[in-house]
Amino acid sequence: MLHIVACIKQVPDTKVIKMNPKTNTMDRASAPAILNPYDAHAVEEAVRLKNKYGGTVSVVTMGPPPAVKAIRKCIEIGADEGYMISDRAFAGADTLATSYALTKAINKISEIKPVDLIICGKMTIDGDTGQVGPGIARRLDIPPLTSVNKVVEMQKEDSYLVVHRKLEDGYEIVQTTLPCLLSVEKEINEVPYSSFPNMLKAARYQPVIWSVNDLEDIDRKQLGLKGSPTIVAKVWGPPKPEGGKILEGNPDEQVQQLLSVVLDKKELFAEMRGSK
Amino acid sequence: MSFEDYSGVWVFIEENEGKIAPVSLELLGAGRTLADKRGVELAGIIIGENVTGLSDTVFEYGADKVYVYDQPIFQLYRTESFMKALLHCSEKYKPEIILYGATSTGKDLASAVATDLPTGLTADTTELDVEEDTGLLLASRPAFGGNIMATILCKKYRPQMATVRPKVMKALQPEKGRAGQLIAEQIDIKEDDMRTKVLKIVRETTKKIRIDEADIVVAGGKGLGSEQGFELVHQLAKTLGAVVGASRDVVEAGWIEHHHQVGQTGVTVTPKIYFAIGISGAIQHIVGMKNSGMIIAINKDPDAAIFNSCHYGIVGDAFEIVPLLVKEFHKALHGEEVEV
Ligand SMILES: Cc1cc2nc3c(=O)[nH]c(=O)nc-3n(C[C@H](O)[C@H](O)[C@H](O)COP(=O)(O)OP(=O)(O)OC[C@H]3O[C@@H](n4cnc5c(N)ncnc54)[C@H](O)[C@@H]3O)c2cc1C
Ligand SMILES: Cc1cc2nc3c(=O)[nH]c(=O)nc-3n(C[C@H](O)[C@H](O)[C@H](O)COP(=O)(O)OP(=O)(O)OC[C@H]3O[C@@H](n4cnc5c(N)ncnc54)[C@H](O)[C@@H]3O)c2cc1C
Repeated sequence: MLHIVACIKQVPDTKVIKMNPKTNTMDRASAPAILNPYDAHAVEEAVRLKNKYGGTVSVVTMGPPPAVKAIRKCIEIGADEGYMISDRAFAGADTLATSYALTKAINKISEIKPVDLIICGKMTIDGDTGQVGPGIARRLDIPPLTSVNKVVEMQKEDSYLVVHRKLEDGYEIVQTTLPCLLSVEKEINEVPYSSFPNMLKAARYQPVIWSVNDLEDIDRKQLGLKGSPTIVAKVWGPPKPEGGKILEGNPDEQVQQLLSVVLDKKELFAEMRGSK
Repeated sequence: MSFEDYSGVWVFIEENEGKIAPVSLELLGAGRTLADKRGVELAGIIIGENVTGLSDTVFEYGADKVYVYDQPIFQLYRTESFMKALLHCSEKYKPEIILYGATSTGKDLASAVATDLPTGLTADTTELDVEEDTGLLLASRPAFGGNIMATILCKKYRPQMATVRPKVMKALQPEKGRAGQLIAEQIDIKEDDMRTKVLKIVRETTKKIRIDEADIVVAGGKGLGSEQGFELVHQLAKTLGAVVGASRDVVEAGWIEHHHQVGQTGVTVTPKIYFAIGISGAIQHIVGMKNSGMIIAINKDPDAAIFNSCHYGIVGDAFEIVPLLVKEFHKALHGEEVEV
């Protein structure tokens, strides 16, 4: 039976977020915490593969205690088990320290049941680096496959997986050995509305929560802020562009003014006029 | 590790079917500035099959050195083989900075390399600078959906690495005949040891419109009301010989395909003229078009944010203004009247 692990993160909904313009920090209260939208597709893909080939889907997150809510959302989508690593020691992690901690958690999960496939989202909507997935793959020394927009076939016995990787002008069909790690595009699937039984299950679900002491063979120097080579040194509001000229008059006059500034760029239209 | 051992600015040269990705040339431009400020060399690193000839172009665009791994195993991009070459080169020659385009290949490769080195990796950089005396790279990037900009530093590790957004940096004017030092390298990787194989590449036959290559982009937003309303955008684009762009909300509504989306999660464009019609001007949209030569906004709300980011604005109803524009431009450019 397959064991698929999806990595998920709880994020502030950056679409409705309000920023404090003085400090350029988030007003957390203004932004509801949601399951990273890309990760919903990762979980959905894991569930689809489970439905097709049989097996178990686990989700794992590193985050503060309220992130349990994001795990429940994954149970609604159809995940079977949820694991969370939560500890002050993880705070302030950049992508290198994040992939280190998550790898340790995945190692522990594979002791419970060996892992065949790991699926990550393309990126988060807060840090939005897209670096964590390949980082985990390198640490586990399994092949990373990013930009995956279709899983064609999976064979646990013969240990292979065939996927489509999105390219700028098409896609490539890639075969890889198992276990491996995929970072999936959001067009890989549509996440349907949750079923009622799943919602019931999710409401009562309690994930397994580990602190740093529960993880084996861990080098604390590689965790959190201490283990992060990158530092956020300065944060500022995006530059406010200066406003332009508002064209006055009635619509006809406005259009005439615009016409003259645009047509002034003669080089852009030379060919068209020549052909008339 | 001693930082003195590390010197030089490198650019990963992304190659596809014998052509260098535009972002790599842009990064040579940006890298040149950093290297000059530090008084160090600028190098390109090319990995592929039959790619040695590309080094001339890399020199012409500003590199002093080119490292080449030209072997059949690198015919197609694969994370593990390319990563091994880059790690090999970086360990041998120790650059202080490595830049990659923030393309899917560049991001994939850089994330893997950063983990193995290990070192810090700044993602999706839009501004680059370096401290002259220390060599500290100042890489700034938008985060939290474009709501903030952050400067990321990597003080204790070398090399420092960043992926950089396409279309943000400027390539230098190529200098014909400019030469440099070519260093051919090789590593031993056997095809049998590769865990991933590319079975086939499928190019989409209907060639997708590249909105980032157009001189004029006519972009429409949710303010057009419906897919029918959005037709106006197509009409104006056709009249001007332009391509059509869109906001994310329009793409999500299904009025047009994603490769027309301008902005943070879409394409970055820098046309000579950019029309924003019925687009509110959310920051995630603005980051994708703010470097356009001339930005023209049409919006019925005088307080719309887009008016802060445009060169010319018309406060008015798109359904009144755009048909007039189509009519007048048609007359001016094609010399005939049209019914709109
Ligand atoms: C303003 C700002 C800028 C930053 N810039 C950088 C930077 O340039 N470089 C850098 O290294 N770090 C940066 N960070 C830190 C980075 O955001 C964190 O390391 C974060 O924990 C993980 O990165 P991400 O959100 O970008 O995830 P991504 O790499 O975008 O996530 C990809 C996938 O990995 C999985 N994943 C990510 N995080 C978790 C998690 N906590 N639990 C489970 N699965 C997860 C999910 O499947 C997700 O879809 C920045 C942070 C801030 C606040
Ligand atoms: C992580 C993240 C990434 C994002 N990435 C992108 C991205 O890449 N690209 C992007 O565009 N957005 C992106 N967004 C979404 C962005 O925040 C905005 O929601 C989106 O740009 C709004 O689209 P819009 O301007 O078309 O619609 P709206 O905000 O609804 O604006 C419609 C505008 O039309 C005007 N209008 C209405 N009727 C008329 C009329 N008859 N004539 C003239 N004007 C009229 C209104 O006054 C209004 O200003 C992203 C958001 C997040 C959180």
